[in-house]
Amino acid sequence: MAVTLAQAINQALHDAMSEDERVLVFGEDVGKLGGVFRVTDKLQEKFTEDRCFDTPLAESGIIGTAIGLAMYGFRPVPEMQFDGFTYPAFEQIVSHLAKMPNRSRGTVKLPVTIRIPYGGGIGAVEHHSESPEAYWAHTAGLKVFTPGTPEDAYSMMRAAIAMDDPVIFLEPKRRYWMKSDTTLPVQTEPPHRAVVRREGTDVSVFCYGPMVRTAMEAAEAAADEGWSLEVVDLRSLSPLDTPTMVASVERTGRAIVVHEAAQTLGMGAEIAARIQEQAFYSLEAPVLRATGYDTPYPPAKLEEFWLPDVDRILDLVERSLNY
Amino acid sequence: MADAAIDPRELLPPDEPVHLLDPDGTYHEDPEHPIDLDDAGLRELYRLMLVTRKVDREAINLQRQGQLGVYASCMGQEAAQVGSAYALAEEDWIFPSYRELGAALVRQVDAAGLLHLYRGTWLSDHDPYKHHFGLMSIPIGTQALHATGFAMGARLDNNPIVTMTYFGDGGTSEGDPHEAMTFAGVTRAPVIFFVQNNQYAISVPLEKQTAAPTLAHKAIGYGLPGRRCDGNDVLATYAVTKKAVDRARAGEGPTFIEALTYRMEAHTTSDDPSRYRTQAELDEAALTDPIARMRNFLQQRDLYDTELEEAVEDQAKEVASYVRAGIYDAPHGDPMELFEHVYVDPTGHFDLQREQLRSELDAGQGEG
Ligand SMILES: Cc1ncc(C[n+]2csc(CCOP(=O)(O)OP(=O)(O)O)c2C)c(N)n1
Repeated sequence: MAVTLAQAINQALHDAMSEDERVLVFGEDVGKLGGVFRVTDKLQEKFTEDRCFDTPLAESGIIGTAIGLAMYGFRPVPEMQFDGFTYPAFEQIVSHLAKMPNRSRGTVKLPVTIRIPYGGGIGAVEHHSESPEAYWAHTAGLKVFTPGTPEDAYSMMRAAIAMDDPVIFLEPKRRYWMKSDTTLPVQTEPPHRAVVRREGTDVSVFCYGPMVRTAMEAAEAAADEGWSLEVVDLRSLSPLDTPTMVASVERTGRAIVVHEAAQTLGMGAEIAARIQEQAFYSLEAPVLRATGYDTPYPPAKLEEFWLPDVDRILDLVERSLNY
Repeated sequence: MADAAIDPRELLPPDEPVHLLDPDGTYHEDPEHPIDLDDAGLRELYRLMLVTRKVDREAINLQRQGQLGVYASCMGQEAAQVGSAYALAEEDWIFPSYRELGAALVRQVDAAGLLHLYRGTWLSDHDPYKHHFGLMSIPIGTQALHATGFAMGARLDNNPIVTMTYFGDGGTSEGDPHEAMTFAGVTRAPVIFFVQNNQYAISVPLEKQTAAPTLAHKAIGYGLPGRRCDGNDVLATYAVTKKAVDRARAGEGPTFIEALTYRMEAHTTSDDPSRYRTQAELDEAALTDPIARMRNFLQQRDLYDTELEEAVEDQAKEVASYVRAGIYDAPHGDPMELFEHVYVDPTGHFDLQREQLRSELDAGQGEG
């Protein structure tokens, strides 16, 4: 059965709410409308306005009250409507959500899963295409997951909601309509494991979220050139599955990191550092990065020049192989 | 979810703050704000305020001796804190800022543990679930949302509890309390926003903080009744809060209370208030001391005698010395605990860093 990534998340929310009445879904327009991407479609109809509700338009309010609800004993799954609108909630996320379990020496648990549609490629207006993952991954106390396939979207969402730790769940919005032939429910690998999506022998390509598909397409195209790419879908940005990354580099000797976010201090910097710390002698070339530029996200008509694509990846593959 | 439209006039704060006790202890009855306490309850308010003052004083001394890194005194605000906290039932929750020692003592939170935050041993050291008392919040005003979310949860769960959050006059300028009042108004969450207007946010006086006629006027915009009371009058803070508690418990929604008080001490022990306020102002404030006022009242009612004073003094001293001992004896903290409680379910990604600290510690021990 063909399932889109958005449907998979909708089903995950539905199933989690069916199984545990403490699971609450709320945010801006998630109720009657079913979310601007329809990810929360029909949840209010099925579970009533008590469990799926529209909040006032206040992001700090959404996350701050989620913290109070979690302290009370609920398992909130708040939605931030878009990546660029999480910033008003930044303080609640980094100062309280991430820290309160530690500050309370474990007496307070905050099982909150924040859903954030993120990334570009859909021709949106300003502030709707940001990739803020490094902020969250930089913050101790948060887990940061991002699925690259509908199967993972379902399974990782279920795992995130079931977890007692706060999770930032980044949904690659340009892949919401990506389909897989699968039957839900489906259980994939635990979220903290990276997964080798395609085995290869020449270069390891590390990617996540929206770039998984791009990297797979690059691997396909590379095969025509006679290059064998190994594609590793990281899935979790915090924690990072370093052993799987290192093992891949030990097989191929070369590594490229692909992400949409700007390059400086992006996830690629951390991945490159870990690889050179732990697989230095396996490396035949420096770790290279195919990323967005260190500029503000561009206007829609220019985003194709900004976003990493198959060509940008293949150029780096060539550079790496020629080293 | 909002019920029948609220008459906006009902939201308006009264022209005069509710005031029941004169500084000389004279009691003015107010049928709108009855005091439902017996003699023991009245004495208890006095006891709690005096113990708060002694522990507060002890904390300042401990800071001067280098035992605490810094401390934010609540001297002068005992009536605002004790009266309001005492109006809650035991199962109700409090979400404090960093200045609510008095409210914490009403909740029987271990004061020595509470001060660990200021000592620098632990970030917080009490179990919120035991005392229904949240962690102290340093970022201004953010806790108002936690109180609101918690109250929303209670309402969803048909649990008749009430939450109360404290913040200062400066806190009313931050965004989070406003988002909290918006959420509370819309959901009719059983939450009370209790503002201690102690006239200063560090050095900034109220008139530079807001152009609103009073802080309580701010509530109107969110559909919340704005209430005001004399914050140095423990009976007024008690009665006004009690009314808000009853209202919230009856499902009638949130209330905003502004208690007018005065911060007698420095903002924190690191502050130099002589730069922004005068001795004359302090002398005048001393005349409204909430503890003397309650003592005068008890005397007028024949509820006060040397026996009570001695008993309360002894107890206050006992708590203060308990706190001193608790601070002296506080364990320095096991450095390996840095890695504990970061995640409920750690997935080992900081194993290497944990090992690094372990070996640094081992090396240090080797030298010693
Ligand atoms: C978000 C934030 N900004 C600034 C500060 C620094 N700061 C600490 S206390 C304070 C003044 C707070 O005044 P008020 O809200 O009136 O409370 P009070 O200290 O008088 O109880 C400031 C500016 C802070 N803790 N948090």
